[in-house]
Amino acid sequence: MLAKRIIPCLDVKDGRTVKGVNFVDLRDAGDPVELAWQYSEQGADELVFLDITATHEKRKTTLDLVKAVARQVNIPFTIGGGINELRDAELLLNAGADKISINSAAVRNPQLINDLAKSFGRQFVVVAVDTRFTDERNFVYLRGGRDKTELETDQWILEAADRGAGEILLTSMDHDGTKNGFDNVFLKQINDRIHIPLIASGGAGTQQHFVETFKQANVDAALAASVFHYGEILIPDLKRTLREEGVVVR
Amino acid sequence: MICEASCTAEKSAYVISNANNMIGIVNYGAGNIFSLTAALDRIGVAYGMVDEERDFAHFDRIIIPGVGHAGTAMRKLTESGLVEQISKLEKPVLGICVGMQLLSAFSEEGDADMLGIMPLRTLHFDGRISEKVPHMGWNSIFSTGTNTLFQDVPDGSYFYFVHSYFLEVDVNCSAALCHYGLDFSAAVQKDNFFGVQFHPEKSGKAGEQVLLNFAKL
Repeated sequence: MLAKRIIPCLDVKDGRTVKGVNFVDLRDAGDPVELAWQYSEQGADELVFLDITATHEKRKTTLDLVKAVARQVNIPFTIGGGINELRDAELLLNAGADKISINSAAVRNPQLINDLAKSFGRQFVVVAVDTRFTDERNFVYLRGGRDKTELETDQWILEAADRGAGEILLTSMDHDGTKNGFDNVFLKQINDRIHIPLIASGGAGTQQHFVETFKQANVDAALAASVFHYGEILIPDLKRTLREEGVVVR
Repeated sequence: MICEASCTAEKSAYVISNANNMIGIVNYGAGNIFSLTAALDRIGVAYGMVDEERDFAHFDRIIIPGVGHAGTAMRKLTESGLVEQISKLEKPVLGICVGMQLLSAFSEEGDADMLGIMPLRTLHFDGRISEKVPHMGWNSIFSTGTNTLFQDVPDGSYFYFVHSYFLEVDVNCSAALCHYGLDFSAAVQKDNFFGVQFHPEKSGKAGEQVLLNFAKL
């Protein structure tokens, strides 16, 4: 059976890991390649790198990072951040990235989704969506939840899927950072309406939260950052718990 | 294990002197092969590129990679002028993902004739299953008998799949099965021709073991 995926997310800037990482046996906590390798050894199913490098000139370091990860890590990985046109995606593909993730660039220019899917296949295109519940509805937000758009989240996700998104990474900004669990009600609403994989993000605090999102929302994958980076949840333990709860994992 | 200095995946080929346990990768322009060469580097298997017919002689084993559209891949392979030679090969050949689908007789993707090395059809998941398409992620596979390709790979091991088309099950050719809404061929074999639908280069240790097994055939 197809396994539910566990995905640690790493923020990188100028080729280095940004958020604090607290692994016991890590030589260099700022080295995304070593961290990625550690996660793959622990049984992570996939990795997401979110590139928050501010300047265009430093993007070269991101490509070097992608190449280094592709050389050393034997599981698939996605890179997001700073992808505005086909050329950006092509460079990442040739550097060894399995998928790219686009967020605000897709909102600004939805045709980008079609173009990327046509050029590289829809399996290469993850559309990341940040959502916040305001005025009784979920709206798409940009810039890490700061800028509200007029797009209703469900409508935007359906459009993105229609345009060729291969996967949706849905982050609830209301849940993100709370460690109170994923937004399973909304995730289920979305999951029931799309025919492409859905990755839950935002709110992971305990192992039980992962059990709940797989059981209640039936999402294909769950993503988290700090609970993994700080060692609050170890992936082998999480996999064991999920297995005991009847969730199919690798 | 972090071995920056010894990793040379960016090189497109090693210097080819004589065939010495090297894998030739059929280079016909069907997608990026960086991940494949990186995996071969990690397990210490030498490789080079097959660009034209005479290159086949330089290698002991051949890998046919492939991502994207099977019909397009078959067209590119035909344009490369390598088709006739591939069908005649007697050394071990491994097709990966679309490279495996090329070994079949026909693909619904582009309604295209394939190499016809195995009498199987490549079919679309759409309309045949209610699950999401593409089949993307880690799925367990079960061998249909003993196959050297899966030596030291426990039955039920997980491999990474990304595909919308699959090779049907065949009692003679299916070497391993996978289930996603229906049973399909996770791996096939006929004589010296092998194919895997999953991506061994992205399938953790199990995937590296399959590549190692192929390198030792």
